[in-house]
Amino acid sequence: MNGKSAVESARAATRFRDPQIEMAHGAGGKASRRLVEGLFAPLLYQSTGEALGDAARVRIDGTAIAVTTDSFVVRPLRFPGGSIGELAVNGTMNDLAVSGAEGHALVATFVLEEGLPTSVLEAEVRAMAGAAERAGVVMVGGDTKVVERGKADGMYITTTGIGRFMPQVTVDAKSVRAGDKILLSGPIGDHGITILLARGELDLEANLASDTRCILSLVQAVASEAAPGIRWMRDPTRGGVATTLNELARDCGLGIVLSEEEIPMRDEVRGACELLGLDPLHIANEGQFLAVVAPEYADAALNALNQAEGGEDACIIGEVRSEPACAVLVTTRYGGSRIVDMLVGDPLPRIC
Amino acid sequence: MRYVDEFRDPELITKASEEIYRLADPDRHYRIMEVCGGHTHAIYRFGLKDVLPSNIELIHGPGCPVCVLPMGRIDDGLAVAKNSNVVFAAFGDMMRVPGTHGSPFEHKARGTDVRIVYSPADALQIARKNPEKHVMFFAIGFETTAPSTALTLMRAKAEGIKNFSVFCNHVTIIPAIRAILDSPDMRLDAFIGPGHVSTVIGCRPYEWIARNEGKPVVTSGFEPLDLLQSLVMLLRQLRAGEARVENQYKRVVPWEGNRAALKAMAEVFQLRPYFEWRGLGFISQSALKIRDEYAEWDAEQRFPIPGTRVTDPKAAQCGEVLKGVLKPAQCKLFGNECTPEHPIGALMVSSEGSCAAYYNYEHRKAAAMVTSISSVA
Repeated sequence: MNGKSAVESARAATRFRDPQIEMAHGAGGKASRRLVEGLFAPLLYQSTGEALGDAARVRIDGTAIAVTTDSFVVRPLRFPGGSIGELAVNGTMNDLAVSGAEGHALVATFVLEEGLPTSVLEAEVRAMAGAAERAGVVMVGGDTKVVERGKADGMYITTTGIGRFMPQVTVDAKSVRAGDKILLSGPIGDHGITILLARGELDLEANLASDTRCILSLVQAVASEAAPGIRWMRDPTRGGVATTLNELARDCGLGIVLSEEEIPMRDEVRGACELLGLDPLHIANEGQFLAVVAPEYADAALNALNQAEGGEDACIIGEVRSEPACAVLVTTRYGGSRIVDMLVGDPLPRIC
Repeated sequence: MRYVDEFRDPELITKASEEIYRLADPDRHYRIMEVCGGHTHAIYRFGLKDVLPSNIELIHGPGCPVCVLPMGRIDDGLAVAKNSNVVFAAFGDMMRVPGTHGSPFEHKARGTDVRIVYSPADALQIARKNPEKHVMFFAIGFETTAPSTALTLMRAKAEGIKNFSVFCNHVTIIPAIRAILDSPDMRLDAFIGPGHVSTVIGCRPYEWIARNEGKPVVTSGFEPLDLLQSLVMLLRQLRAGEARVENQYKRVVPWEGNRAALKAMAEVFQLRPYFEWRGLGFISQSALKIRDEYAEWDAEQRFPIPGTRVTDPKAAQCGEVLKGVLKPAQCKLFGNECTPEHPIGALMVSSEGSCAAYYNYEHRKAAAMVTSISSVA
């Protein structure tokens, strides 16, 4: 190997070659993945051989702890159905939840823009306190930085959370098998379309609110009835359901086949997507999750979700098949089908 | 959802599909061109090939405005945007189209003020709100988008807004169809006529295709049932040995077109003597330029334009794909060097480009897929 270690060779093979950072690198699609896998992971993260999930598993004296972090840079700060403060709590709690962990404590970092009215900041701090209470998590500390006017869109918030893994729940793309069912917790696209419309750049109005919420109780409901059947979970935020499931398909090497008519969606979201030429499967969500469940547990998992508060619209939207390998296929009601890829770039301004 | 659900009704689609199977002569191979990129996108998005007999070959036409724009025009537009204080405003699908030194998005990352707008009127609004800047709208599109550019220029003139201009790349569809028909390596049986363009120009401009070239034309809507019904109408004509222009998209397309829109276009634009199309070369009288009465709002008259001419990368076969001679996957670069993320040719960029549509929706649908097509949940 010319004196190079295997690690160095692997680094060279996947090195991040894009000459500069563009908006697409933060959009959650292919470019984001390239950046993480080609630059951050090889230089910064200890390789565990596991696919990168929504939360890391850290062992301290034999006890496994889930750790995750997420930054929120949404514009506008407030929007129908929520605000940046609520997103910051729910987003991190959800990343823990879909990793099979119950959030235990959060810390928050605020990057504030010079000139930000205190009333705006206070409203967001209150929103965070409310969201934390609803989610059953404690905020235990944080940090504050102030940057010059014009540099932070008002405020950015980063939250970092730790949690305890639920017993019997394993989230691992490698455990996914052909025949497994794909569960979705509720209607898609509400958050992304709400933010898009809230910017007021489109002269479109719809009676729509962000779906931001903590999904821990829903994950717990599934785990209580079907824990051994859970193979994999993820919240389809940036890049939407399509990007999340493409990542799964790539990580497990199998095909994901969805039935278009089963995917729950509000008419407002569908209408806006038709009008704007967007695929609802690429639109961000902040209060939903996808779960792959072994077929013999699928009904129990779905029933548990449907009976939990906020899980009434959950349904099975498709299944895992051996083909098309590493891809997501959507079938239509009349027998047509199409491949749905990850989001490429981002034609929309950033939304979470 | 009205005007959508009834055109995606599985029962009606099955009926239309059966009718197509009945009408198509199994001993004949049909080559039918959908002119419009919107149709190409819909055909892939709805997976319509799965409900058509294999001897009906749909050929993707030149009707994708981003795809036919030569790289030199993008370079010229971005050169103007390098002037300090200039805002480069364009539709979202322009943003990833590669110029010689990168796409508008890459220029944005390097500091150029690039903004996505959803209509030229939005660009004018940016100009109103930022009097210290000059807003240049990089206009692309066929007759579909040209009227809104015309109306925006009329508004700018009426309001005396001086910090706004248009870099005009509007093209017209008829000369492109003529160029395709004149191409010696192209054999076609019929056309699915453009939907959105026809809302402006109507159906009359296609009559020569039926009369002189003997090929049926049906202007079509964009829903699955629209496209299948249009194929039924075309097959009926072919079976009867007829060649007429028919209008399937009556709910939107008036036979005579939209007079108000045509009037606005005539007020603001005149035909260029010739214009370069990617893949098709120079075509005479195929594009619009801004009339002298609006010279003050014409970026090409206001700013020095380099007049860049760039030959496409030799290995990329955009021209052949644009003319329908090659399928996207037959291009040497398809899916390797050229992907939606790293497009080399513009057909890989716009969602209406046949390469992007094919890559996004069709590519990787393996042979084993047959088993996957039945409903799953």
